[in-house]
Amino acid sequence: MSEPRDSLLKVRDLRIGATVYPPGEKPHEIEIVHGVSFDLEPGRVLGLIGESGAGKSTIGLASMAYGRGGVKITGGEVRVNGRDILKTSLSDLRRLRGGEVTYVSQSAAASFNPAKPIMEQVTEAAVRHGKFTRKQAEDRAVGLFRKLGLPNPETIGKRYPHQVSGGQLQRCMTALALCPEPDLVVFDEPTTALDVTTQIDVLMAIKEAIRDTGVAAIYITHDLAVVAQVSDDIMVLKLGDMVEYGTTDQIINNPQEEYTQALVSVRSIRHEEKQPTDTPLLQVENVTARYKGTKFDVLKDVNVELHPGQTLAVVGESGSGKSTLARVITGLLPPGAGRIVFDGHELTPDLATRPRDDLRELQMIYQMADVAMNPRQTVGTIIGRPLEFYFGLRGAEKRRRVQELLDEIEMGEGFIDRYPAELSGGQKQRVCIARALAAKPKLIICDEVTSALDPLVADGILKLLLNLQKIEDVAYLFITHDLATVRAIADSIAVMYQGQVVRYGTKSEVLSPPFDDYTDLLLSSVPEMRLGWLEDVIASRRMESAGN
Amino acid sequence: MVPALKLVVQRVALGLLLLFLVSVLIFAGTQILPGDVAQSILGQSATPEALANLRAELGLNEPAVTRYLDWLFGALQGDLGTALTNGASISESLGRRLGNTMFLAFWAAVVAVPLAIFLGLLAVRYRDRWPDKLISGVTLASISIPEFLIGYVLMYFVGVKLGLAPSVAMINDTMSLGQKLHAIALPVAVLTLVVLAHMMRMTRAAILNVMQSAYIETAELKGLSMFTIIWRHAFPNSIAPIVNVVMLNLAYLVVGVVVVEVVFTYPGMGQYLVDHVSKRDVPVVQACGLVFAAVYIGLNMIADIVSILSNPRLRHPK
Repeated sequence: MSEPRDSLLKVRDLRIGATVYPPGEKPHEIEIVHGVSFDLEPGRVLGLIGESGAGKSTIGLASMAYGRGGVKITGGEVRVNGRDILKTSLSDLRRLRGGEVTYVSQSAAASFNPAKPIMEQVTEAAVRHGKFTRKQAEDRAVGLFRKLGLPNPETIGKRYPHQVSGGQLQRCMTALALCPEPDLVVFDEPTTALDVTTQIDVLMAIKEAIRDTGVAAIYITHDLAVVAQVSDDIMVLKLGDMVEYGTTDQIINNPQEEYTQALVSVRSIRHEEKQPTDTPLLQVENVTARYKGTKFDVLKDVNVELHPGQTLAVVGESGSGKSTLARVITGLLPPGAGRIVFDGHELTPDLATRPRDDLRELQMIYQMADVAMNPRQTVGTIIGRPLEFYFGLRGAEKRRRVQELLDEIEMGEGFIDRYPAELSGGQKQRVCIARALAAKPKLIICDEVTSALDPLVADGILKLLLNLQKIEDVAYLFITHDLATVRAIADSIAVMYQGQVVRYGTKSEVLSPPFDDYTDLLLSSVPEMRLGWLEDVIASRRMESAGN
Repeated sequence: MVPALKLVVQRVALGLLLLFLVSVLIFAGTQILPGDVAQSILGQSATPEALANLRAELGLNEPAVTRYLDWLFGALQGDLGTALTNGASISESLGRRLGNTMFLAFWAAVVAVPLAIFLGLLAVRYRDRWPDKLISGVTLASISIPEFLIGYVLMYFVGVKLGLAPSVAMINDTMSLGQKLHAIALPVAVLTLVVLAHMMRMTRAAILNVMQSAYIETAELKGLSMFTIIWRHAFPNSIAPIVNVVMLNLAYLVVGVVVVEVVFTYPGMGQYLVDHVSKRDVPVVQACGLVFAAVYIGLNMIADIVSILSNPRLRHPK
């Protein structure tokens, strides 16, 4: 290729507006993307990265001239194969969408129509746009299923979406996007909703499919380690502005902007692990549990201990039973067998029969701070409630204590009379932490408390939790699927798999070899922020399986 | 098919049980009414001897349970007894009347259901624009006006002024299908106007609900036209609520047409029931009640079964 290649996608000064509905104000328009420009050549992959609200998805969808909800493209130029798609007719846009440019969404489970077989949906765009006959499209789909490593590629198309797993469905979605032979595919967080061990296979399948078909792609994610594996170039976005734009190598290994540097070095918290004491605060002994009306145990003979002022991380994939363990400890789900010993005495199995002090000393923080607070109560009322309930504080005294707690979670004077809707995601989670602390607990169960947050915000929350542990000497039972979080804050770790604890010990024990098979798979699947990591892992796995 | 089949069998069994309980209720209900049939046949001036004779003759002195079982087994064999007032077989006259009501309901449904669903789809397609508002406004207005008023208004303008359709919907066996349809044109129009709004608004709401789904966005990003998206992707997922409301309205067409039948003096079930209620002809009232209940339960059972079968998770288990 000696001639300079034409731009497939050319974006100039793209401006996008959205209608917002702030509480207590009139709905109005704001600009959410402020003049972004970039080019994409055929066969190349551009990674768009940033935190939520950065405008990544919005920009990705703009390459199909599509705006979600109240989002409208207000200015600039988007050229696909030379023509400005912002000025073209609706029927021309329909030819573009699903023909020249296709889209892979974050949740394939929600993006497939539950009422139709997979094959019909995968081939629909290609057939409707007249690119292939039904037979040709189906043959092509089977080929793509095979290439993407789906089991039974000949027949999987006959199945309905609910009949295949989440990881398989995400590959089917990739096949759906590639079936009409598009020039450009927009991947919008295609692996974010998957477990880490599933993510790695899907990532590799997507990467190989991009390479083999020679399609260009925009790859959107908030995880820099993931985007480093698949893209040629990376654009870093923040609040609708471009922060930095360069080759993947340059962004990862030599970031120029402060914000990019922060993203690259995220999760750099170092935490010295504490050794177990003689008197554990919490002992879970031989606990077995199942949900009403089901026939199998979600927890099987679980034994763990947690020591005062320390953190036990419970790690595992979805369905491993980690949240069920929290429900058993809090008494929401009485166990079928086994017992829970807390601070020297056995807890009653059912929440309703526990004395008030047991309730007070065991608090909980949830993943979704949004729904864990009453939207009609002010921050002051929310944090004040446990003060009133457990300690009988009233009036000025209560308000003073609430303010103390707000100071502890590093939120200043002005927040006490605000409503949850006026807070950011990180601030909401902080208020939930303050509410838990208000009860002066000995143990706080943290159920995926940082999973819904952006990396930098999550980092802040973890630092706050560690800091509070030092001051208040509170123990955490920290439930998470994210191994980076575990490394950052745990003193001891329990790895759960299908309801059982497969590995348990201090952090250094659990994270050093020799590993059991599952822990090894789990640890090696966590994306690392270096180029070529994906290929290295896949290659070493293939060698291992060849050696066996 | 296993879970779906199991659920369907359950629904059918439940429907039969319900019908049995309703038959008990109907029988018990007519028993606790003051006065009895013998009294109402012979009138106020009857002598006690005459009353006692008639009661013995009609079997009214037997215990209630015996009479109920007699009635139930008779009904199961298609024998609903004889009308007290004229001694005619109830099954025979009821059968003819029911046939007429079904005929009217069937043609009203043939017009109303596709029209309602089409208007619902149209309202979604032009959501919040004038076609949507027009459809909503007109159907809401038509459901708000009492059906007898619509009936008389149509009768006056279409029947009398324009002379397009007869204002009395008399039909009999000697008429051809075309003549019959011409005769029932006005009642069908009234019934359609009455049931349209409910079905159309449910269709609109059910589809709009589905239109929020991520798979609708997928369909849009495939470059499909709006109507293709609504018809092929949204509609199949809204069948369950739509069928439910359609069946409720069909049941109304059979059971609730009393007023319309009386307005147009149509020889259907409604008129038959009204006539015999006023004559205190208990066996006829019981029989009508049983038939109405069977229609109601049957149609709702069909709605349940369609909902079950429209769910791919139940049809194609993992």
